[in-house]
Amino acid sequence: MAGNCLPPVIITGSGRPVLEPNEIECFFLSGVDLLCEDDPSTSFPHLKSGLLILTTYRLLWLPDSAASGGGAAGAVPLAAISHIFSVKKSLRSVFSSPRVRFQVSLSPEGRVEAVGSRSVVVTVVVRGKGDCDAFLAKFWENWRARAWEEAGSGSSNAAAAAATAETATTSSSGGIYSSDGTVRMVGVSGILRKEQEMWESTDRSLQEAFQDLNALMSKAKEMVMLAEKMRLKLLSGSNSQANATNDEEMGSKEEMQDWLLSVGIISPVTKESAGALYHQQLSRQLADFVKTPLEKAGGIINLIDIYCLFNRARGTELISPDDLLQACSLWEKFDVQVVLRKFDSGVMVIQTKSHSDEEVFNKVKMLVMKPDALRSGISASDAARTLGVAPAMAKEHLLSAESKGLLCRDISPDGFRFYINLFLEIDRDDVHLLTIVMLKSPRLVEFKPRRERNYKKRFTVL
Amino acid sequence: MRHDLLLYRWSSSSVVILLGFAESKFPYISSLRIHVEIPSQFCPHNPRNQQLHVHCTIFCYVSKLGDFKLPHFFNYPPYFTLQPVRDTREKQIQLWKELILDYCKTQKTFVIALEEEFPLFANHVIERSLTHEAREAFLSALVSEGRAEWMDKGHRKCLILWHRIQDWADILIQFAKDNGLEDGVVTIEEIRSGTESQGTELHGIDRTILNRALKLLEQKGKLVVFKGTSADDEGIKFSI
Repeated sequence: MAGNCLPPVIITGSGRPVLEPNEIECFFLSGVDLLCEDDPSTSFPHLKSGLLILTTYRLLWLPDSAASGGGAAGAVPLAAISHIFSVKKSLRSVFSSPRVRFQVSLSPEGRVEAVGSRSVVVTVVVRGKGDCDAFLAKFWENWRARAWEEAGSGSSNAAAAAATAETATTSSSGGIYSSDGTVRMVGVSGILRKEQEMWESTDRSLQEAFQDLNALMSKAKEMVMLAEKMRLKLLSGSNSQANATNDEEMGSKEEMQDWLLSVGIISPVTKESAGALYHQQLSRQLADFVKTPLEKAGGIINLIDIYCLFNRARGTELISPDDLLQACSLWEKFDVQVVLRKFDSGVMVIQTKSHSDEEVFNKVKMLVMKPDALRSGISASDAARTLGVAPAMAKEHLLSAESKGLLCRDISPDGFRFYINLFLEIDRDDVHLLTIVMLKSPRLVEFKPRRERNYKKRFTVL
Repeated sequence: MRHDLLLYRWSSSSVVILLGFAESKFPYISSLRIHVEIPSQFCPHNPRNQQLHVHCTIFCYVSKLGDFKLPHFFNYPPYFTLQPVRDTREKQIQLWKELILDYCKTQKTFVIALEEEFPLFANHVIERSLTHEAREAFLSALVSEGRAEWMDKGHRKCLILWHRIQDWADILIQFAKDNGLEDGVVTIEEIRSGTESQGTELHGIDRTILNRALKLLEQKGKLVVFKGTSADDEGIKFSI
């Protein structure tokens, strides 16, 4: 019953919500309750102390991973919100947790939908630390921007921008202080109105100041859309005339597709949007991201490689190496399938939890036991070729195999090479006794007695 | 050293298997001979032979340095690189210590100079040689065990004691007894190059080591050293 009312949110393995195409996360608040005070009989669930994520399309509520049983993750589409109440500054609100109230429409079946027959008031109670005012501002902004309409209609950006502007003006007039012509500047409401005006004017000047930036951002989105379109076009093109094109052309097309695909993370977690939760959210996003490159690299990958891949996928929202390291070290606290590992030499890698050194050691052992390797050893690049990893990575594997006593090193003018470690079994005796154990096998029975003499002959030869 | 090998039956391929096994175990020896003893009751079609043990003896042949037989791992390249991993390094140092003592004993070498060429410290076949650091590490290990002594503070020369000083003293006593010198007199030069010492370990003994052994015996009252006009004239009177 609880989850029925809200459209569900799909959660990735590392606890990040799966976003819709072009959906962008704008704000994070932790320790948030979501409840409906209006009417206890409605099916709206009482969601306690979870993570609230504001995106351009939806308001997502995720249960706190630490305290399970807080309810299933749910989302309120911004489209279903018919009104956002501004915060009433009262004496009471100073002492109690900040609240943000908004009105959502419900369908006759009690679901939260864009077009509903009735509406209820939902309250967001911010129990954790978080900038409630900033959240409200962002909430307003996103709600008025109507990004979901843009995505749904797929209309040109100019038209969408016009629509946004239009809705912005209408909704501001449809706020709690409607412009009914008469302006009464008396009492508390007069002061409030003054404040509202001040807020609006600062908002306007800010908007103007950031107009260029917004234009740039909307262009960036366009670029992503363009990339996606080109990719699809290439894909259909290669399908329809696969036989006609030669291999080289196909290769370049595939490369192009790879590039366009890696344009990719549409909603990068940023310090601005996530605030205090930045590293935590970044960590989860990273855990989701590394899965594919890890699979390609065979379960282990250099941290530097991931840094490059991740930042390329993020586009303009680059992160610092420090942030990456912090995000990786946070994995210990979450239930994710990847871990950060530091080799003795200081090289750091990301590997899947299922990755085992034993497997690598066995491969290395096979490699050094080959007759050639017994005589002249192996170098890091030999191992890299066989293991299918980067030479630097292969060297780490060899060094850790050495520290386990499996290999030993040889430094000469020829370079740095590794050999199978024979030291531990070397004996100064030059005479070795070998016991051959003959086991019974089915083929033994098939032997014909007359060949027995041949065997004896062979033994004497030896 | 014992090894086990599992075979299902004896056939011509068994020889190949055996050789392959030997090569994998001793890849750095120059040649080897395998001697296989087949028990008389061996019969391939006898079902009772399911757990037959065939004993092979593998003789390893290695290159020689003069008349000194080098161990088979002398051609193993990592043997010439100081190993960083503790367990491996300990074993490596152990092998080097034994080899140095062995070599010095058979070749009657008493002093190893680190900066000069020493036959053991380079293998021209595999083109490897020990670094100065490695040489010092192996000799230091001998010093810490009391089987060698640094002759200078700069660790450039090392005195190798394949017999400890006490053992050398015992050899001297034995030498005196064998030659009826319990109360006799003998010069130091006679001990080092005289006819009596011919064929004994004392022949050609290093002067420093001999003096140390004599001093030890003098302290115990087993002999008295007479100072002569020159170093060659020094004499000893045993009193055993």
